[in-house]
Amino acid sequence: MKVDPQFLTSLHLGGEFDAQRCMNCGTCTALCPLGVEILPRKLFHYAMLGNREAVLGQEEAIFSCLLCKLCESNCPGGVHIAENVRSLRTYLNREVHGLAEA
Amino acid sequence: MPVPIKSTLGILGDNLTKRQSALPLGRRKVIAWTRGLNIPRGGKTVLYTGQMWQMVPAINAMAHQLARYEHSRLTALFGFARSMNKLVNLTPLLARTTAKDRAEFDRRLRNIARLLRAAGVEFGYLYENDLYAGGLAHDEGLDRALLAHAQLVYRNLREAGVERVITVDPHTTNMLRSVYPKIVPEYHLEVQSYLEVLAEQKLARRAPVDRTVAIHDSCVYARYEGVVDQPRKLLTGAGVTIAEPEMSGKLTFCCGGPLETLFPGKSAEIATRRIGQLSAASPQVVTACPLCLANLSRVAPPKTEVRDISDYLVDAYCPAEA
Repeated sequence: MKVDPQFLTSLHLGGEFDAQRCMNCGTCTALCPLGVEILPRKLFHYAMLGNREAVLGQEEAIFSCLLCKLCESNCPGGVHIAENVRSLRTYLNREVHGLAEA
Repeated sequence: MPVPIKSTLGILGDNLTKRQSALPLGRRKVIAWTRGLNIPRGGKTVLYTGQMWQMVPAINAMAHQLARYEHSRLTALFGFARSMNKLVNLTPLLARTTAKDRAEFDRRLRNIARLLRAAGVEFGYLYENDLYAGGLAHDEGLDRALLAHAQLVYRNLREAGVERVITVDPHTTNMLRSVYPKIVPEYHLEVQSYLEVLAEQKLARRAPVDRTVAIHDSCVYARYEGVVDQPRKLLTGAGVTIAEPEMSGKLTFCCGGPLETLFPGKSAEIATRRIGQLSAASPQVVTACPLCLANLSRVAPPKTEVRDISDYLVDAYCPAEA
């Protein structure tokens, strides 16, 4: 695994990113209407580890999130899950899709 | 091939930057709903549509096209379509709508204006400056395009002397009330959904609506903006019996609408699950969001009818339209 120490800092540029509050309890995974296993806790842990490649490989999952906040409203850690997913989207648009001006 | 994310979001960002909307409609279609209502221009309090209801026929047409293209070779042309769209607005070509469809959704805006008048609420309208609030750009992480657009929207409101905005859908409510204050400097605006405004008024019921309806809470109203009790209060006052489905109120289940642009197939799967929960409670389903209405209507089984809340409220609280 290649670690990018600047990755987490880059995500903060897209807005609030507070995934460090995640306790890895799995409530979000159990509640997700899409049943996407990677969303959101595994994805957030990849981000916190600086595993940029693992996050970029999950583009479809990142853009599949409904932002419906069913997980966030029931998160015992109070993680701002929807805003974190938005930060990942902003990062992908800026750094991968070349949509910095869009 | 799936719908290409980069090109599709590129088109969305380009449209917002160049044409001030996710799906640029043109001025005539945006303000058609006001015909004959004599709503004054501007004022301290305005009804702000954010073009959401007006966009639904185009969204339906676009969703239909995207569902056809998803997993086909035609998705390879999206990059070319983005280049073309930079030069010419492709929305009228890709999202053809009929006058009948547009009238059907404009009717809900007329309902809302009539309800506010019946409640004695005075309001104006910004007409050509009633701009899209940028909800899709926000959700998809197109932050630069959104920031510039939000500043334009707010400048228009300030220059018109607006102090209070009454919104007509959850997404515009969320953008103007909860997102703009975080991204637009020195933002001061009172924002309320028309459901919140009406729930504070004493509405005189003219005719009871004797129906049992399954209520679908929009995720954005319920979990982002805390609008849960108001639609229930208004419907109950109208004489409607509310059947709470599995997953309701703050525990509501998404209609699938947020995925209709990039993942039409997944969007339809979520919508189908939700309409199943709703129709098990009652074949009459009520929504309070144009996107929920569109997405759930598309997958509703033949004996399930999905209507907007304003349809019921106008029957109960308003005199017949002349």
